[in-house]
Order: sequence, then C-alpha cells, then structure tokens
Amino acid sequence: MPPKPDLPSGTPLLRMRDIRKSFPGVKALKGVDLTLQAGEVLALLGENGAGKSTLIKILGGAHQTDEGTIEISGQPACVATPQLSQASGIGIIYQEFNLVPYLTARENIFLGQEPGRISFIPKRDESAKARDLFERIGVDIPIEAECHQLSVAQQQIVEIAKTLAQNARIIVMDEPSAALSPRETKGLFRVIDELKSHGIGVIYISHRLDEIFEIADRVTILRDGEHIDTRPITNLTREKMIELMVGRSLEKEFPKREATLGQARLEVTNLRRGSRVRGVSFNIRAGEVLGLTGLVGAGRTETARLLFGADRPEHGIIRLDGKPLKIKSPRDAIRQGICLLTEDRKTHGLVLGLTARENFGLPNLSQFASLGFIRQREESREFLRYVDQIQIKIADPEQITGTLSGGNQQKVVLAKWLQRNAEVIIFDEPTRGIDVGAKYEIYQLINQLAKQGKAILMISSELPEILGVSDRILVMNEGHITGEITDIANATQEDVMNLATKREAVAA
Amino acid sequence: MRNFNYIGFLFDYGTLLVLALLCGWFSYVTIEEQSPTSISAAERLAKRASGELSTEAKVIVLARQGGEGETFAKTLREQLTQAGISVGSTTIGKPTDARKALTDFGNTGKELAGIIADKHMANFANANLAKLGQAHPGLVKAKIFQPESYRWPNFLKKENLLNVMKQISVVAIIAIGMTMVIITAGIDLSVGSLIAFSGVITALTIQSLGGSAPTSGDLWLGAMVGILVCGLAGLFTGGLVTLFRIPAFIATLGIMFIAKGLAFIFSDSAPVPVGNEAFGWLGRGRDFLGLPNSVILMLILFTIAHVMMTRTSIGRYIYAVGGNPEAARLSGVPVKWVLLFVYTLTGLLAGLGGVMEASLHTTGDPKSGDLVELKVIAAVVVGGTSLAGGQGRITGTLIGAFIIAVINNGMNLTGVESHMQKVIYGTVILVAVLIDRLKIHLLKLKKT
Repeated sequence: MPPKPDLPSGTPLLRMRDIRKSFPGVKALKGVDLTLQAGEVLALLGENGAGKSTLIKILGGAHQTDEGTIEISGQPACVATPQLSQASGIGIIYQEFNLVPYLTARENIFLGQEPGRISFIPKRDESAKARDLFERIGVDIPIEAECHQLSVAQQQIVEIAKTLAQNARIIVMDEPSAALSPRETKGLFRVIDELKSHGIGVIYISHRLDEIFEIADRVTILRDGEHIDTRPITNLTREKMIELMVGRSLEKEFPKREATLGQARLEVTNLRRGSRVRGVSFNIRAGEVLGLTGLVGAGRTETARLLFGADRPEHGIIRLDGKPLKIKSPRDAIRQGICLLTEDRKTHGLVLGLTARENFGLPNLSQFASLGFIRQREESREFLRYVDQIQIKIADPEQITGTLSGGNQQKVVLAKWLQRNAEVIIFDEPTRGIDVGAKYEIYQLINQLAKQGKAILMISSELPEILGVSDRILVMNEGHITGEITDIANATQEDVMNLATKREAVAA
Repeated sequence: MRNFNYIGFLFDYGTLLVLALLCGWFSYVTIEEQSPTSISAAERLAKRASGELSTEAKVIVLARQGGEGETFAKTLREQLTQAGISVGSTTIGKPTDARKALTDFGNTGKELAGIIADKHMANFANANLAKLGQAHPGLVKAKIFQPESYRWPNFLKKENLLNVMKQISVVAIIAIGMTMVIITAGIDLSVGSLIAFSGVITALTIQSLGGSAPTSGDLWLGAMVGILVCGLAGLFTGGLVTLFRIPAFIATLGIMFIAKGLAFIFSDSAPVPVGNEAFGWLGRGRDFLGLPNSVILMLILFTIAHVMMTRTSIGRYIYAVGGNPEAARLSGVPVKWVLLFVYTLTGLLAGLGGVMEASLHTTGDPKSGDLVELKVIAAVVVGGTSLAGGQGRITGTLIGAFIIAVINNGMNLTGVESHMQKVIYGTVILVAVLIDRLKIHLLKLKKT
C-alpha cells in the first residue's frame, strides 16, 4: 500500500474540470466537474446514459477528453492512455473484471509489472507483497489459487490488490456490488473503509441507493452529460437523490399492488440437483408475484434454471394447473408455458449480433412462421407494438441489439417473452443495472402480468425490491428454502436476512 | 433524417466493390485485337464476300481447328453456297492443312477468286499466297476475306466469363454449407476429402450397377449414393461436435483423413472410370441458354440458400446459435439440431461437389479435391463471414467465390505463374480478414 500522500490541506487528490466529450451524433459530457479528496468515498450517480461510464473511461485513458483539465494532487496530469492513467496513480475496476482466469491471484496482481519482457519472475518477492496487500486490505485469499476458482467477491479483492500493487491512489469501482451477495458487499465496504484510512480516494458507482448512504461521503450526480449537483451525503435523502437523477420527482419507488389470488397454478415438488438445489418445493397461485431471495449461491438461479429446463433436475415434479410437465430443454419449457428472463442479458438473454426484431422473434417463430418461412412484416408489427407499450427507445427494429443501452436490452428481452404469452414467468434480477425510472416501469409490468392471472416468480437480491413487489417471499440458503414470509406489509429487511443466513438442519 | 452510414455501406458492399475493381483491372490489362468466329460473324463475312464476288466465283473456306472453328466454317459454307458462290473446299485445321488445301486447289488449274477465312488463316494466307502463287498461278488473284476485327478484353469474352463461373461452381456450392458452418462458429476441413470420397463412391456404385455400360438410371442412383454417403459423414461430424463436444476443427480433421484414405482404399488408388458419356451432363453439359449446367445448379442453390438464411426459421436459428449459443438455447432454439443440420448439409453439398467433379472427367478420382477445403474457406472468409460466428451472408460468399475465381482466371490470362498465384491468394485472404477485424473495431468505436 502506498504511503499516505502529503498534500497541503484542501488540495484535492483529483480534480476534473469542465470535461467535455462528444461522439459522432452525441454529446456525452457537456462540461462536468469532479473533485475527489484523499481518504473519501465519492459516489458517482446518474441514470444509464448520464455520462458516468464516459467520465470513468476518460479517467482510465480509454477515451480522450475533447476539452477540460485533469489535476492530480494539484499537478496537471495527462491520462491519454491506460498506461499513463495507471502511472498517474489511477486504478479502475470495471464491472467485467480483467483477470486472466487460469493465472493465480499472485500472477494476476503483478501482471504487466514483471521486471522485463524476458526475465525470471521474482516469485518470492511477489508472494510476500501479495500476502502483505491482502493482509492490509484485511482479507485472506489463497495467493496461489487460480482466479477462476475464486468467488466473484474474492476476484474483486484481487482486482483491488492489483490496483494497489500499481500504487494507485485513486480507485474507481464501477458497480462493484452488482454480483455480490449482501454479506459480501459488507465485506467490500470494510475493505473500502480500510482503503480510506490509508488516504486513498475511492469513486464508487452504483445503482443501489442504500449502499450509497452506507459508504459514500459525498455524492456527485450527473444527468444527460451534465453535472447536476455535488453534496455531502448527510445533505441528501433517498427521494431527493432520485429526483436529482431523474430530473423529476418520483412519487414512489414501487407501484401499488392489488392482488387477487386464484388457484395454485405452478406446483413444484422436491426439486433437486447437486448441492445447489436440495429438495425445493413451492407453489405459485394465479395472479401471485412470488419473491425468491437469498444470498448469492443460495440456489435461486439454479432453481429457476431447473424449472426452465436449462439444466436437468435429478429429481422433482413440476405441475402446471395440475398437469405434470415433461421438461427436458428450454424449448420444452417454452412450449408448455414457462419462460425465464435471465439474470445476465448479455450472455444468456440476447444474441447481441442479431437485430432487435430478430431477437424478439427467436422464441416466437412458431407463431410468426409457417412452413419455416418467417412473416417478417408481421413480426416487425408485433415488435413495434411493444416499442410503444413498454417504451423501448429504439430508432428502428432492425437496430443491432448490442448497440442498445442496458435498459432497452432488458426491454427487448421482456418484449420477446411477453409476446410468448407464457403462463409462468420467471424474472431473475429483472432490474439489475437498470436506472430508477425504468425500474418502475418494469414493476408495473410485473403487476399487469399478475393481474392477467399469470404465475410470477421474481428472483432478486435487492431487499427493498423484493419487499416492495412480492405478494409472498421465499428465502433460500444453501439449496434449501429456509423460510417463507407471507405478511409482507410488516416484514423488514432484517427478517429476510435472518432467513437467508439460517441453516437447514435436516434436508427436506 | 439519418446520416448516410458510409462505413456500413462500405462493409456491406465492399466485397462487391473489390470484385468490380478486379474485373475492371483484368478487363483493362487483357484488351486485345479480337477477331470473332461466332455464327453471326460468319454470316456477316459471307454476306460481304458474296457482295464483292461475282456469282459462280470459286472460293475456299479456311478455319482454325478448335473453339468455334467448326461452326464458323460450316456457316460460311452454307451462306456462300446459298448466295450462289461455289465453295471449292472447306478446311478446318492447322496452317499445314490450309497449305494443302491451297495447293490442291492450285493443282486443279482453276482460278481461285477468294479465300474466306478466320483471322489466323487469313494471316497465313496473306503471308504465303504470293509464294504459293509462283507454283500455282490460279491462286494469285484470290482475294482474302476475314471478319472485321475490334478491340475487346479477353477477360470479358462470354466464353471466358462462363469459364470463370464453371471453374468455381464446385467450390462455391460447397461454400454454401461452409458459410452456415462458419456462422455457427464452427469449421469443416473434411469437404475436400469428401469430394474425392463422393466421386469414388459414385463411380464404384455405377460400375457395380451397370458394369462397363451403365444406364442413365444407374448414373442417377450412383450420384445419389455418393451424395448421401457424404451427407452421413457430415451427420457423423455433427454428432461428434454436438454430442461429444469435440471441437469442429479436430472432428473434421479426423474425417478429412479418414475420407481421403477410404477414397484411395476403395478405388485401389486408381481413377474409377464411368462407362457412359451421359455422366458428363452435370459437369460439362450446357442445356439452357448456353449456360453450363454446373453454373445453373450453383445459381439455383445460392438462391435457395439465400432465402433460407434470410427468411426462414432455420436461418434465424443458425445466426442465433453462432452469435450466442447459450442465449439461443434459453430462447428455445434447438441448438444441437441446428448444428447437426449445418454439418449434414455441408456433407451433402461436398458430396454433390464430388459428383460434379467426377462428372467433369467421367471418372471418380481419389486424388481430386485436394486443398479444396481451403479454397472453400477462403471464399467464405473473403465474402465477409466472420470466423467468430454469428455474422455472414450467403450473397457475400457468392461474391467471395467469384473474387477468388476472377483472381485465378485473371492471373492465368495475364500469365502469372502458379507459385506467384499462391502468394497472391494468401494475400487476398489476409486482407479480407484484416478488413473483418477493422470492421469489428470500427463498429465498437461507433457503439461507445
């Protein structure tokens, strides 16, 4: 860990002034200011497309600024390339980690810092330094473990250690908690506190507002490429924060639910696969939104994948409206009225190289095609109906899906499954990486589907969301369902967390 | 109004532009004095000659052997006779034959009024008539008629263009299947060997059915067997790739050696002849508008494949599997079925290519098809299909195949020797892949 820098008091560690950046057709940043003091956590907030990523990429040397100056410790700094940025003491931890999976933690930490192009590696030195780094961060990670064997949280720590090994004094974390369980997030916060105490400035980007209140000292809010406000966190409320981000006041975060529940539609009995799903049974009634939560690795996504036929269960019976289903593949599940909106859109939800229309049609070809020929005009017409209905911001149905923003990609996924008109709809983290305004629309949509008498299973790690949207909550831990919360109105986040960490003594 | 997307346009139609430039270049460098020998040229020449010569005049007709020589001479003779001119003799052959025809006529002692000839024979007559006239005075007054010449690129002659298409038809047809395989992020190295395998199997089947004099039914059956056996080989490859998850490169490498080896074993390492010239129908026939049958087959298959890839479910599935197999599976795409389909189809098309090749030579030759798989892959890649999968077009492949054929043909016309041709091939492939990378790079820039 680098020594505490000696700065004249009041000189910020980092000052970005009047940063402007245009891309063909878009002004991504229209004069943004940002200051970061040593030993503080600055939260950078804004909806998708507000300019956060662009600003971070400029800082990291991935983009070059058109106008504006950057000072580090009061000295003008040049960060035109990733190498210069690193040399200036900036470390960026992107959402997608840059670790080499088959190298060890130690090798990853010192990757790029080998003494020469062709030379022996001072392995003992490195080991000592790595151990030292982990010790100072306060986390114990086996330094000779290959990175693909480490958990996501551990990989993140390796990333942090890597930036520290490069003498970073400014560390930027882009959605660091997105893939972490609440417990792991707590661990991350301890690490961040540790970094603060060593005089390191942290820029923290997250969509989870609760975390911001917990970890940030100050907040900078961007909207449409403009700097809206910078305030100490103590000066902000959750409502005010959302208002500044969205540019209008949101009356409430979750739409009102008036559930009228019918017969049990989906009945799952004793579903099993390996150590992740160990005898899961539940049912969902018509018109019900069943929330499923738990820590990462509790077996929630795995359960959903079994229902959908993405993996084969070792055991278990799935009934829809009393009729047992035979599900060997997602194709079978879709035919029989079950659909799954996956957690990870880019790798599981969409074929990014296809156009939006083509992705939309993919599970619906039995409807749009006769004798194998696709009626593309009809397909396009149906898709445009959803563009209106759920407000997909898209210029043309023929736009390549990979070029859409995260929120709009999620809406294309939604559209394709809505068109399928399935009876059981499984949402796995439906609002991950989506900005506040769009979240509300998705909640409304879930309510609408429930109103139509469908059975909804919503998996989420965000406790306010699970409490705000579900009619009933199941909590999983270590492959078992450890509890059920039916009295949503009086349930608290602590109740859920207690169940999420509860151990099932006997397998069901 | 959206701004016109120049980069996109260039990439979508860039290969077409390259093809046009190549055609333009080879046209320019192969411009030569042309002397037509077509039927219409013969008709015009006969008319001119009969206009200038009195009726009852005696003439002889000379034409070079090969090409259109025979029809040229025949037409001349008919038209001249019709016009009342007496055609003494018609010679189709080499200059020595022309000399003999002239001396034969001279020996009759009659007076020759005209020599009607194509360009080569006219040149010969011009150069030799004075000398021959010393021995045979009857020849001296003969007037030499030849077709009017004009300047035209050798490359752009109808015969040559048809030849370009004919030469590439086998590669192009197999490239249809290869395009689909590569779009699914796979590769098929076995197609070259399957050409030999299919040819040998077809010829052997025909032999065992009909001996040395097979009927046309035997020919059809043999071809079907050859194609189907290769389809089974493709299905087997697909099974290795999907069920056992063997990388396509390795699976098809194995099949490549096996098929080649079996082709030699089954044929005892010798070409297997087919005892019926009708077998050449597919490879050499021209039944429709003077187009080679193989070219017509190629165009039909490309049309079907294009419609399949752009308008049908299986086409959409192929792109989806190549773009993101897991997302495709979770969207209900029968991924394994799609992979089995593309490898089987490629096997069938390679089998068809083998039959075409065998038909061209009326023999099943175990040595045929060597390195064709690389030409096929080159055509696909040059046509803009990305080896990473998910992207590519059938029309691009057709253009890619044409680019390769045009380069090949153009270099032959301009006399580039074969080793240099390989160097140029390689360069073209590398440039195509570089453009592909550049495209990805520029698209990324646009996205952010």
